[in-house]
Amino acid sequence: MNWSKALINPVIDKEFRLRMRSKRSMLSVLLYVLALGAIAMGFIYLFLYLGQRGPQRFDPQMSQMMFYVLSFAQLVLIAFMAPALTAGVISSEREKQTLSMLLTTQQSSATIVLSKLVSALSFMALIVLATLPVYSIVFLYGGISPKQLVSVFIFYLFVMLLLGSLGVMFSTLFKRTIVAIIVTYGAGLIIFLVTGLLYLFFMGIEQRNMYQSGQPIVPGSYSWVGYLLGLNPAGAMMSLFNPSFSEQVFMLRGGSLNSKAPIELWLEFFIVYSVVIVLALWVAIRNIRPVARRKRKVKISAQPPQGQETAGNEV
Amino acid sequence: MIEIHNLSKKYGTFHALKDISLHIEKGTVFGFVGPNGAGKSTTMSILATLMLPTSGVAKVGGYDVTQHPKEVRKRIGYMPDFFGVYDQLKSTEYLHFYGASYGIPRAEREQLIPQLLELVNLSDKADTYVDSLSRGMKQRLCLARCLVHDPDVLILDEPASGLDPRARIEMREILKELKLMGKTIIISSHILPELAEMVDEIGVIEHGEMVAQGKVADIQSRLRVKKVIHIRTLEREEELAEKLRDELHVTSVLTDNTGVHVHYSGDDVQQSALLRQVVSWEIPIVSFQEAQSNLEDVFLEITKGGPRE
Ligand SMILES: Nc1ncnc2c1ncn2[C@@H]1O[C@H](COP(=O)(O)OP(=O)(O)OP(=O)(O)O)[C@@H](O)[C@H]1O
Ligand SMILES: [Mg+2]
Repeated sequence: MNWSKALINPVIDKEFRLRMRSKRSMLSVLLYVLALGAIAMGFIYLFLYLGQRGPQRFDPQMSQMMFYVLSFAQLVLIAFMAPALTAGVISSEREKQTLSMLLTTQQSSATIVLSKLVSALSFMALIVLATLPVYSIVFLYGGISPKQLVSVFIFYLFVMLLLGSLGVMFSTLFKRTIVAIIVTYGAGLIIFLVTGLLYLFFMGIEQRNMYQSGQPIVPGSYSWVGYLLGLNPAGAMMSLFNPSFSEQVFMLRGGSLNSKAPIELWLEFFIVYSVVIVLALWVAIRNIRPVARRKRKVKISAQPPQGQETAGNEV
Repeated sequence: MIEIHNLSKKYGTFHALKDISLHIEKGTVFGFVGPNGAGKSTTMSILATLMLPTSGVAKVGGYDVTQHPKEVRKRIGYMPDFFGVYDQLKSTEYLHFYGASYGIPRAEREQLIPQLLELVNLSDKADTYVDSLSRGMKQRLCLARCLVHDPDVLILDEPASGLDPRARIEMREILKELKLMGKTIIISSHILPELAEMVDEIGVIEHGEMVAQGKVADIQSRLRVKKVIHIRTLEREEELAEKLRDELHVTSVLTDNTGVHVHYSGDDVQQSALLRQVVSWEIPIVSFQEAQSNLEDVFLEITKGGPRE
C-alpha cells in the first residue's frame, strides 16, 4: 500500500473536494484573516498613537506584547470556529440523507469519523496558517522566537483537536446539526470560561483562608487550585509563553520563588484533554453505527452455509 | 440468499415488526408491499445493517447482519427511500467516491463508471454536478451507486417513488436488466401493478406482520380473488343487475355510474354461457369485459386498506 493511498482515503478525498469547492469556505478564510488583521491594526493604533506618553516606538517588548494579544485573539477565534466546523460533520450528512448510504459502504466507523475530523482540522490549520502574514509584523520587530511561534501553533492544533473531537461526538449524539453545534459551544464555554472562573473563585477562597488562619507559609508548598488553571486553554498557553508562569500559579501568596510547580500547566492541559479527546472519539465511533454484542467468536468461513432452512416460512 | 427468522423491532414500546419470517432464493425479485407505516423500510434498514433488530435473525448470503455487518455490506446495494446527494460533486466523482469507499481500485473504477452510467442512461450527464440533476436522474444515479461494487443483493426501498410515469418505466426497464444479470432484488413499493410484471414473489406486510407471502399467482389464488366482469349497458342497468343475481357462480353484483360489476367464480366455459344468457335478455349491452384482477386488488383484499366496491 503506498502512502498517499493510506493517507487520502475516499472519505477525506470527498470532504476536501466538497469543502474546497464551496464559496463559503474561501469566504471564511478571508474573514478570519481580516478579523485577526483588524485586531493587529487595532493593537498598533491603541498602543502607539493613543499611548499616554504620546506616540511611542515599536520596540521588541511591544512586539512581544502584540504577539500575546494576537495569540489570545486567535485562541478565541478558534474557539468560535472549531465547533461550527466540526459539530455538523455527521449530523449534516444525516440531515442531507446521505449518511445511510455512506454507512452501508465498506468504510469502517473509525475511518469515517476520523477522516471527517482530519479534514475539518486540516481546513482549520489552513486558516490558521493563512494568518501567518499578520504575525510578520511581530517578527519585523523581534522579541519572539520562531520556536515560540511553532509551539503556539501546535497548541492551537491541539485545541482544535479537542473542540473538534467534542464537536464530532455531539454530531453523532444529536440528530440535528444546530443542536450539536450549540452543545459543542456549551462544552467550549466550560473549557474556556468556567475553568478560568473556577480558578479565580477558589483562589480567592484559598487566599482568604490563608490570611485568616495566619499560619506561616511552608516553603515549597503549593495550592491545588493551580490545577484548575491548567484546564484552561488561556492558562496553558500563558505557561507556554512564560516558563515561570506555572510556578506562579501554583504558589500561594508569599511562597518562595524557588518552589517548583508540580506540573507545567500546558503539560497538564495536554494530558487531561488527551484523555477527553480519546473518550470523545471513542463515543463518536461507537455511536455512528449500531453495534451488536458479539455472541460468539466465529471465524468467517469463505463459503457460508446457505439455504439450510427452507422450512418454517409462511407462504 | 436472504433469510429472516422471527425478526422483531421495537421503537420504544411501539412494535414496528412482529416476528417476520422470510426466505428469498438467489436470483429472485421480491416485491415488498404494504401500506404506509407497515414496516417495509424498517425491515430493509435492518437488512442493510443500519439498524439492529430487537430480536430475531436476518441473514444475507449466509452472514448474519448483526454479527458480520461488514460481510453483509459487501454483498448488498442499498437504496434508501429518501436519500440525498453531495451537491458539489459531479456524477462521475459521486460514483468514484462510493466506488472507492467499497475499496475498488481507481483503474477499475475508470472502466466501470462509464458502464454504470450507460446502464442507467446517464452517460450524457457524466460531468454534470449532481445537484443539477432532476429527481429521476438522481434516483437512477443512486441506483448506479448501488451497483458499483457488483453486489449480489439489491435492497431498493421505493426506487420509483416520486417519479413521473415515463421515469417509472425507465426505472422498471433498468430493474429488468438487473434481474437478467442474476441479482437478487428486494424492492418495496406502494404501486402494485407496477411491481406485478417484474416480481417473482411478493410479501405483503401490514402493521409489522407478514400477511401473505409467495408467488404472485399463488397469492392471488389463495385469496380466491374472484373475476370481476364489467358490463356496460345503454339502459335498464338495474334490471340486468337483478337478473344476474340469480345466475350461477355469481357471488355479488354491484352497480355504479360506470356500469355493472359482477363478481364471478365460474370458469371460462361457464362465463361464455353467461354471456349468451345476458345477450338473450335483450338489454342493450355496450360491453362485456373481464376486468383484470391485479396486484392492487390482492393488496386491498389482504390489507382491507379501503373499500373497493
Ligand atoms: N425511528 C423511528 N422511531 C420510532 N418509530 C419509527 C421509527 N421509524 C419508523 N417508525 C415507525 O415504525 C413503523 C414502520 O415504519 P416503516 O418506515 O418501516 O414503514 P414503511 O412500511 O416503510 O412505510 P412507508 O410505506 O410509508 O414507507 C411506522 O409506524 C413508524 O411510525
Ligand atoms: Mg418506507
